[in-house]
Amino acid sequence: MNTSKNNTAQADKGGKQSARNHPFYDPTLKSRHVRSKLFKLFTFLSITFAISFLLFFLGDMIIKGLPAFKQTYIEVDVTYNDKTIKSTRRAIDKKYRKVVSRAWLRNIPRLVKQNPALMGTTQPTWVLANSQVDQYLKGHHYKLKDKYRKLIDTMNQDGKVEMRFNKIFFTHGDSKIPENSGFKSAIVGSVLTLIVTMVVAFPLGVMTAVYLEEFADDNRWTQLIEVNINNLAAIPSILFGLLGLAVFINLFGMPRSSPLVGGLTLALMTLPIIIVSSRAALRSVPDSIRQAGYGLGLTRVQVVQDHVLPLAFPGIMTGSIIGLAQAMGETAPLIIIGMIAFIPDAPGSIFEAATVMPAQIFTWAGMPERAYIERTAAGIMVLISILITLNALAIYLRKKFEVKW
Amino acid sequence: MRPFELKKRHSGLKEKVIRFLLVSAAVVSILTTFGVLFSILFEAIEFFQMRSFWYFITGTEWSPGVADSKFGALPIFSGTFVITIIAMSVALPVGLGSAIFLSEYASPFMRDHLKPLLEILAGIPTVVYGFFAAITVAPAIVHFFGLFGIHASFNSALASGVVMGIMIIPVISSLSDDVIRAVPDSQRKASLALGMTTSETIKSIVIPSALPGIISATLLGLSKALGETMIVVMAAGLRPNLSWNALEDMTTVTVRIVDALVGDHEFNSPDTLSAFALGLILFIVTLVLNVISLSLIRKFKEKYKINTL
Repeated sequence: MNTSKNNTAQADKGGKQSARNHPFYDPTLKSRHVRSKLFKLFTFLSITFAISFLLFFLGDMIIKGLPAFKQTYIEVDVTYNDKTIKSTRRAIDKKYRKVVSRAWLRNIPRLVKQNPALMGTTQPTWVLANSQVDQYLKGHHYKLKDKYRKLIDTMNQDGKVEMRFNKIFFTHGDSKIPENSGFKSAIVGSVLTLIVTMVVAFPLGVMTAVYLEEFADDNRWTQLIEVNINNLAAIPSILFGLLGLAVFINLFGMPRSSPLVGGLTLALMTLPIIIVSSRAALRSVPDSIRQAGYGLGLTRVQVVQDHVLPLAFPGIMTGSIIGLAQAMGETAPLIIIGMIAFIPDAPGSIFEAATVMPAQIFTWAGMPERAYIERTAAGIMVLISILITLNALAIYLRKKFEVKW
Repeated sequence: MRPFELKKRHSGLKEKVIRFLLVSAAVVSILTTFGVLFSILFEAIEFFQMRSFWYFITGTEWSPGVADSKFGALPIFSGTFVITIIAMSVALPVGLGSAIFLSEYASPFMRDHLKPLLEILAGIPTVVYGFFAAITVAPAIVHFFGLFGIHASFNSALASGVVMGIMIIPVISSLSDDVIRAVPDSQRKASLALGMTTSETIKSIVIPSALPGIISATLLGLSKALGETMIVVMAAGLRPNLSWNALEDMTTVTVRIVDALVGDHEFNSPDTLSAFALGLILFIVTLVLNVISLSLIRKFKEKYKINTL
């Protein structure tokens, strides 16, 4: 045992000796390799950090937001008569008044109108619960007196409490009553704003790209436009808000907080994204297509319009969708032009005051009630799912229509 | 019948009209830049007619809205600076590390799957990052430092800085990755053939070659950090605070711009116009950063004769 150990040691020594005598022997080699491995580890850890953050972040939003899609309803006796229609809080027994949503009571006159047979009766009805009750049942922070907590506990045992899908979130606009607030007016506002954005930015962007790629000569003027577009893409978004405020609202007198102003402001921000991607798409169309067109006696406009543009179209669409997704998530310039107003009803036109999804998220995030926090996270889930869908669509379009020349 | 001639005469006019339309579309982008510049400049000049420019640059007290209002933006600049430094010290190592991993170590399969994930990080709206910073990160920081008995503000510069850094990671990693991949393989092979290890090759050959592009990416990230609004509006404070302590609350240029313009101030009061003065400084600084960044990347492209970046 002992001898064999000695032998190996000696052999090792001999091996080292011979290595040392080797002309390329580098005593630092081992540490260099260690350092190389450490460096690789560092790069691996950085990307792991970035991606685990992403997962943590999405998980955090889902955990915070999912409860908002469920809402508590309780079964209580509701009295329908002339008195309670006028003063709706009397429709419910005193005991329950504090646990029922004020917003639901407003429905009583409508319910009676829909079903006149209810008049003069007292019916057990499923009623939207107060947000504090809702938060209590979801195990969040709540402000509820012990008396009401016990009441809810007993009701829960009797099966008079139910969690239902939160339809209100998708059918209502913003509200000062947490359980009655929804994302609808923000979704409609976003759609209107983005329609304005795309109607303005898409043609302008594609035309600029066509001009730069197909018509312009490479001179100073073209270079100026190019440098300018690249700079435009990097201007902080909030400064576009200052432009919108100073030019569209103060100079042109367009209505404040309206999708029109918001859409125009976002259009100017989206323009460089569309231009850059459209140019790339146009550039990828091979010159042989153009030359074939000219060879047949077509004019430049005909070549571009009938041959180059259709071939570049999928690429242009992909870029535009990505630009659209970016515009959809933009908040800062819209705050500056006043699109964080309190909007309970969905706007009907692009001239009315409106809010957009990210602005609604911003507003809710600043609310003190706990119920708004889960709504904020739920709004974020809706917004991010739309954005991911849009980006997936863009990738799909690119994969499907991409032509390898 | 001479169909060819007929058609040609028609399209001659059409050609001119379309050309005119295309040129006017291109002019819009120029108008936008000048629109941004002048709309900010004019209001800022109006502000500086009311208040001293010198005090704005060097003054240490920012107190709008009161009778004897003062507009010394130094504490605002310092807050912006501190938060930006924190953001860059997160974004630069992580972004660059990710870029090196993606371009030098990752297999094509890994690369194809990891890169889109980083792009998702870039696609998340900043208001969402802001919510995350305010609701999750800031309390966590307060709690963490509380364990050591150190007081941290709920609006600490650290919370918004770290989250902003994460937001900037993809800005840096994406461009750096492109640039590092553009470095010719012959350089790597020559270095490896001389007996350098992989990391030595990367550190002493690849990175120096790609340096203009990496600096360009860093400047772009820096300009993004300076102009970032939602994260700091939601997670950083409102109080102008001339301090280097990242655990205190601080305010930034963008926060004060939003604060000055949200609410019912009279438009032509110095309170509101101060936003445009701050905006002017922001515009100039980011413009300079962008111009340097773009010219660096252009030189890099010319050196390696690539036109896909």
